Amino acid sequence: MGTGAVALEVRGIHKTFGQLEVLKGISLTARDGDVISILGSSGSGKSTFLRCLNLLENPDKGSIRLRGEELSLKPERGNGLVAANAKQLATFRSRMGFVFQNFNLWPHLTILENIMEAPVQVKKQPKAEVRERALALLDKVGIAAKRDFYPAHLSGGQQQRAAIARALCMEPEVILFDEPTSALDPELVSEVLGVMRALAEEGRTMLVVTHEMNFARDVSSEVIFLHQGHIEEQGPPAQIFSQPKTDRVRQFLTNHLS
Amino acid sequence: MNVDLIPGFLFKMLTEGLPTTMALVALSVSIGFFLAVPTALLRVSHNPAVRVLPYAYIFFFRGTPLLIQIALVYYGLSTLEWIRGSEFLWPILREPFWCAIIALSLNTGAYSGEILRGAIQAIPRGEVEAARAHGMHGWLIVRRILLPRAFQIGLPAYGNEIILMVKGSALTSTITLLDITGVARNLYARYYTPMEAFVTAGVIYLVLVFLLTRLLRWVEGRLSRHLLGPPETELAQDRAS
Repeated sequence: MGTGAVALEVRGIHKTFGQLEVLKGISLTARDGDVISILGSSGSGKSTFLRCLNLLENPDKGSIRLRGEELSLKPERGNGLVAANAKQLATFRSRMGFVFQNFNLWPHLTILENIMEAPVQVKKQPKAEVRERALALLDKVGIAAKRDFYPAHLSGGQQQRAAIARALCMEPEVILFDEPTSALDPELVSEVLGVMRALAEEGRTMLVVTHEMNFARDVSSEVIFLHQGHIEEQGPPAQIFSQPKTDRVRQFLTNHLS
Repeated sequence: MNVDLIPGFLFKMLTEGLPTTMALVALSVSIGFFLAVPTALLRVSHNPAVRVLPYAYIFFFRGTPLLIQIALVYYGLSTLEWIRGSEFLWPILREPFWCAIIALSLNTGAYSGEILRGAIQAIPRGEVEAARAHGMHGWLIVRRILLPRAFQIGLPAYGNEIILMVKGSALTSTITLLDITGVARNLYARYYTPMEAFVTAGVIYLVLVFLLTRLLRWVEGRLSRHLLGPPETELAQDRAS
């Protein structure tokens, strides 16, 4: 809960899959420099919520504002809310970085090409300038030597760091992380968390869906606990982790903090 | 079998028949490819009304024999008064070569379209989601992510289709074209030596397909560099050599 300007404001996100209501009205405000960790057991809707924010999933109800600009949505039969304007959605997405659980690098492009792709093709920035930025980012995430490799040549941790560099190269205002370490071998988790910690220290605005309790406790400015599509508890990590208000959160923390 | 006839037969087939076969395959595969891309893209559309057109096209050309398609274009269309009267269409449709090109292209376009559709649908969802999440949309995703990935995935099956076209082109000899098979049929008729004529033709097709297989393997190797080991490893060097 920083004091910066509001970067992302989300109101009343609802989402139903068939009969199952996964999100029952989730709201959230991210100010500049906030690191918001979203916790909850699996099936609590946290990934779905994150994917609704850039419309990889179509919410049924709700509104999304980036720096005060509202994403215009319209209902589509059987499909919830879809973007009313494809251009605006693309622009929104280019301003919100997204890091996937399974990295989702493009396998036919080298690491450097992966990182340069969107800034060059979407933002139409000059290649030389993007290349310089991409190389600096690769250096920052510690895989400069892998720039001409294809994604399949890299370990999971390296791929995820490349994916983070790819998101950063778009110079996003907010970065969404969808369980970025869940697909990694345990010994590779720390290298990705290290990069994320460094980003948080730089003052990046981040929303992180995670199971890494230590990261949530040490790095976030705010923790949101989701349960069955509701926000069960919300507050600064010190409060949530030391004095949880509900039994459910207490139980969850006991199970996850060893 | 009279072996002495074979060198002469071989010479005739290579000088007269082979160029026609090569031209038929090269042209129809190229045109077919340009038909396949929009066919496949329309086939994966979310809109059922859009999917109908490529579906009907594929249904017809996959469901009927190539021989019938060739006959329909060459013999069938020429019976239509308005085609014979057309200044633009008739000069093309009275030539057996162009009729063959039309039939072969439409046929391979349908098959290749299906191959490409399967390949597009085999692309892991996350790769397209990543493109969307980075602000890419519409044609940009198709051009930069979807098609390059689909070509990689579909190439083995597509190579098979090109090989089938080499052999399918033999059917054009039925509309008086002198491709390898057409020349073989003429030689057989003149000398009444079926073994000599058709064995020679068969061997030429075998060699042709063999060379094509090597070429395709090389292209596949180029397109799947991303699956080989890192550049400096022994594995990658072994496979590259």
